Amino acid sequence: MKTFLLSLSVAALSATGALADEIRVLNWQGYGTDQDFATKPFEEATGHTVVHEYFNSEQEMLTKLRTNPGAYDVVMINATFTEQAAAEGLIAPIDTAALPNFDGIPAKFADDPMQKIDGAQYGVPWTWGLTSFAINAQSVDEAPSSIEALWDPKYEGHVSIRDDAIEAMQIGALATGQDINDIKDIEAVKDKLAALLPNLLTFWGSENDWNQSMASGQLDIATYWSGSAVRSIAQGLEIEFVIPEEGAIGWLDALSIPATSEHKAAGEAFINWMIDPEFYVAWDKAGSPAPANAKAAAALPEEAFNRRVLGDPEVLARVQFQVPVEDATKEQYLEIWQTLKARQ
Amino acid sequence: MTELTASADRRRLFALLSPAYLWLTLAVFLPLSAMLFFSFLTDLPQDNPDWSATFDNYARFLTNPTYAILMWKSVKLGLMVTLGCVLIGYPCALVLARTIKGRARETLFLLVILPFWSNSLVRIFSWAIVLRGNGMLEHALNWLLPFELRLELMFTTHAVVIGLIHSYLPYVILTSYLALQAIDDDLVDAARSMGASKLTILRRILLPLSLPGLLAGAVLVFVPVVGSFMEPRILGGRMGTYYGTLIEDQFVSVYNWPLGAALSFTLLAVVLLILACASPILGKART
Repeated sequence: MKTFLLSLSVAALSATGALADEIRVLNWQGYGTDQDFATKPFEEATGHTVVHEYFNSEQEMLTKLRTNPGAYDVVMINATFTEQAAAEGLIAPIDTAALPNFDGIPAKFADDPMQKIDGAQYGVPWTWGLTSFAINAQSVDEAPSSIEALWDPKYEGHVSIRDDAIEAMQIGALATGQDINDIKDIEAVKDKLAALLPNLLTFWGSENDWNQSMASGQLDIATYWSGSAVRSIAQGLEIEFVIPEEGAIGWLDALSIPATSEHKAAGEAFINWMIDPEFYVAWDKAGSPAPANAKAAAALPEEAFNRRVLGDPEVLARVQFQVPVEDATKEQYLEIWQTLKARQ
Repeated sequence: MTELTASADRRRLFALLSPAYLWLTLAVFLPLSAMLFFSFLTDLPQDNPDWSATFDNYARFLTNPTYAILMWKSVKLGLMVTLGCVLIGYPCALVLARTIKGRARETLFLLVILPFWSNSLVRIFSWAIVLRGNGMLEHALNWLLPFELRLELMFTTHAVVIGLIHSYLPYVILTSYLALQAIDDDLVDAARSMGASKLTILRRILLPLSLPGLLAGAVLVFVPVVGSFMEPRILGGRMGTYYGTLIEDQFVSVYNWPLGAALSFTLLAVVLLILACASPILGKART
């Protein structure tokens, strides 16, 4: 508690003219920043108030940044979009000296070329995790070790993936033994996905949607995010997250400050609190993705998923981290995905 | 002198009509023309300063067969839903207008338009609860029937059609009802006195005279259903990819407004073409 109060007071002091500001945070709903354990201590310690606005896709987030200049002070951006947002001038470099907790973030994340562009820190690595799949422990006895389980006719009509062209193509790449960031044999992935579609019940849209479908027994096996899996398990859902032998898709989420923000100091204070080990420990109790702050990871309870499973170096070796996807590739993937869906 | 009054009349007419035209310009013409303008661009001007004019967005509809396949799928959906609405809605309107009188009619009328007062998203999610596997419909049927029944309706084209018919049915009922109610009772009495059967009265008098209303309802249903995206996405699952969801993807998930706008105007052109082809029938119904 002492470290937390200390770091908050440092943050409050470093916030120039530490007047009470209202900061607006743009994030997914229910994703760390908007819960009581995140906002209450921050508001009490600094006097700033936190207001949230939500997006339902990364593209929507970029659209909101483009069309509402000055409306947001902190934005959560997936690492693969940071470069694009910085290039479009939507986000500003962050003065890491104003963030006392920043030294806990390992160079692997902090100096990542997606976050540190031309020596300027555009994103503060916040959380990371995996896109893989989970099984419904009520109906599936033994967790499969291969991603081929999604194609298993045994689960026909009880499988779900997300309606996302890039994610679908990358899952196809994993299943055909290819590099997710450099798919050489597109045709093989196309055929693989064409074979997957008839096995699907539907596309899942949100975590809530996923949880309901699993709880009602409509799904046996579905792609999922490790952070969401932790939350679902914490809520008592009987599922098991699988990191198959073919590997998994890794992602990194970071916090940035929009270039048009009018409360930059308050925004920095909020980001500093967001990477505070104290905060991560509180969030882990509610079910969180893996913290990007190494000090925080070490502070987690030993049985925590984020330390037990994601902390395993063997698991990490299998993970393929996503890099930004070029527009032309994105459009190519979208066209392939739409063609596959249109044939249904 | 006559010239003077004519010009005064014209001025008064202009003054009276101008608010309506101003409103049309502001609310319909300007946004639509902005979209039409976007549809001929390579990029949105606010995103990319190097934007230029192009026909590529329209050419893509012709070169990529996926778009044509989905257009046909959406038109088929529109026809199916319209047919469903007509088959259910017209008999309802007939009973409401010709058989039921007084308070009962008011009550039934209220029941018809009641769903209209609730949010469409709420209605579609309610259908999702009813239709899904192990959902309300299956529970109710299995309770009534002696054998186990699995409908598997959710996430199929059937679910999309059911949801859309329910959403758009009131249009057909309302327009048909108005047309049917305006028919002079004396005509029906005269036919009856000449020995016409109920079926003949329906075929020779009621149906022809109420056809304009029925067709207006059908057009009101067909046009929005061809472009629908919310209902297919929620109820259709993996079968729920239609032309409307394609356009939504361009606007919401890949931020390609020019292509989305071009696809929208292609849809508008196709719908207008269909209505133009149907206009001889529509015209005949009016006379």
